[in-house]
Amino acid sequence: MKRKHKRLTFVVIALLLLAGAAALVLTAFEENIVFFHSPTDVVTKHPGPDRRLRLGGLVEEGSVEKEAGSAMVRFRITDLANSVPVVYQGILPDLFREGQGVVAEGRLRDGVFQADGVLAKHDENYMPPEVADALKQSGKWDEMSETMKRQGHVTKDGAK
Amino acid sequence: MFNRFANPNRFLRLSRPLVPVMAWATVLLMAAGLYMTFFTAPADYQQGQSVRIMYVHVPSAWMGLFCYVGMAVAAAVGLIWRHSLADLVAKATAPIGAAFTFLSLVTGSLWGKPMWGTYWVWDARLTSMLVLLFLYLGYMALQNAFDDPERGFKASAILVLVGVINVPIIKFSVDWWNTLHQPASVIKAGGPSIHPSMLWPLLVMSLAFTTYYVWVLLLRVHAEIAASKIRALRMRQASA
Repeated sequence: MKRKHKRLTFVVIALLLLAGAAALVLTAFEENIVFFHSPTDVVTKHPGPDRRLRLGGLVEEGSVEKEAGSAMVRFRITDLANSVPVVYQGILPDLFREGQGVVAEGRLRDGVFQADGVLAKHDENYMPPEVADALKQSGKWDEMSETMKRQGHVTKDGAK
Repeated sequence: MFNRFANPNRFLRLSRPLVPVMAWATVLLMAAGLYMTFFTAPADYQQGQSVRIMYVHVPSAWMGLFCYVGMAVAAAVGLIWRHSLADLVAKATAPIGAAFTFLSLVTGSLWGKPMWGTYWVWDARLTSMLVLLFLYLGYMALQNAFDDPERGFKASAILVLVGVINVPIIKFSVDWWNTLHQPASVIKAGGPSIHPSMLWPLLVMSLAFTTYYVWVLLLRVHAEIAASKIRALRMRQASA
C-alpha cells in the first residue's frame, strides 16, 4: 500500500471510531443534554422539590388564569398526554398564549410547578398573517398544527 | 520546488478571472436580498417584523457549517495527499467561517430576546454552535503555534477532522434532543415549512453569502500563495 493510501485508511478508520465514541457519549448524557422535560416525564418520574428543572410543552387551551391586581399567572403545560399546573409571577414573553410552546424553569412542589422564568418556544412554520388566517378559515390550520404536534418537539418525550 | 508551485500557478491563472465575477455577484445578490428582506418579505404571523433577522441569521449559520465542511475536506486532502494548495484553502477558509458563525450567534441572540425571552440558553443547538466557533478559533491558534508551517497544517488538520463530528450534531441537535431552538424549516423531510414569499429572500441572501465566501476565499488564497512564494524566495536567498 502506498503511503497516501495508508494515510487515507487511517483517517477514515479514525473518523469512524470517533463517530462511534461520540454517539455513545451523547447517548449516555442524553438526560443532561435535553433542555427541558415533558409533563409526562415529570408526572412519571416525580422529581423532588430540591431539583431545579425545566418543563416544556404547550400552554393548555383555556387554562390561563391571571390574578387581578398582581403579576401572578396560573396555567397548565401539556404534551397532550399529561399536563402539569404551573404558577408564575413575572413578565411573560410576547409569544406566550394558549396553544403556544413554552419552557418554564423552576421546581415542582406538591404537584404544582413553581416557575421563576418562562421562555416562549416557537415552531418551525413561517408565513405571512394572511396565509395563517386563510388556513384557519379553511380548517386546514388544526390539521397542520396537529401534525406538527405529533411530529414535533413537544410531544416527543411524551410518546416514548 | 517547481512541482510544488506548478499547481498553485495553474490555480492562480484559472481563478483570477473569477474574483471580479464573484465580487459583482455578491454586490448584486446582496442588494437584491436586502431589498427583499426589508421591502418585499412579509411580516410573520407569529413573530411580526422581527422575523427579518432570519434573513441574516440563517444564511450565516448555514455558511458557518458550510465553511467548516469545506475546511475539513481541504484539510483532509492536504493531510492525505500532501496537497499544499488544499492546506492553503483550509487556512484561508477558517477566519471566514469563524466570522459567519460569530454573526449567526450574535443575530440569534438578538432574535432570541424578543421572541424566546432570553439572549442565551445552554440548549443543544446553541451550545454546539458555540463549540463550532471555538473549533474555528482553536484551528487558527493551533496552526499559528508552529514555526514550521508544514507542521502547523498537519496538527490543525487533525483538529479540524476531529471537530467534523460536531457538524451532524449541530444539524440534528434540534431533532435528537429537546431544545429551545425550533426544528429545521427549510432542509427537512416533507419540504420547507416556510412560505415561498419568505423562502425566496432567504435563498437569495444565502446565495449572496455563498458568493461572498468564494470571493473572499479566492482573495485570501491568492495572498497565501504570494506569501509562500516570498517565503520560498527568502529561503533560497538565505541558502545561496
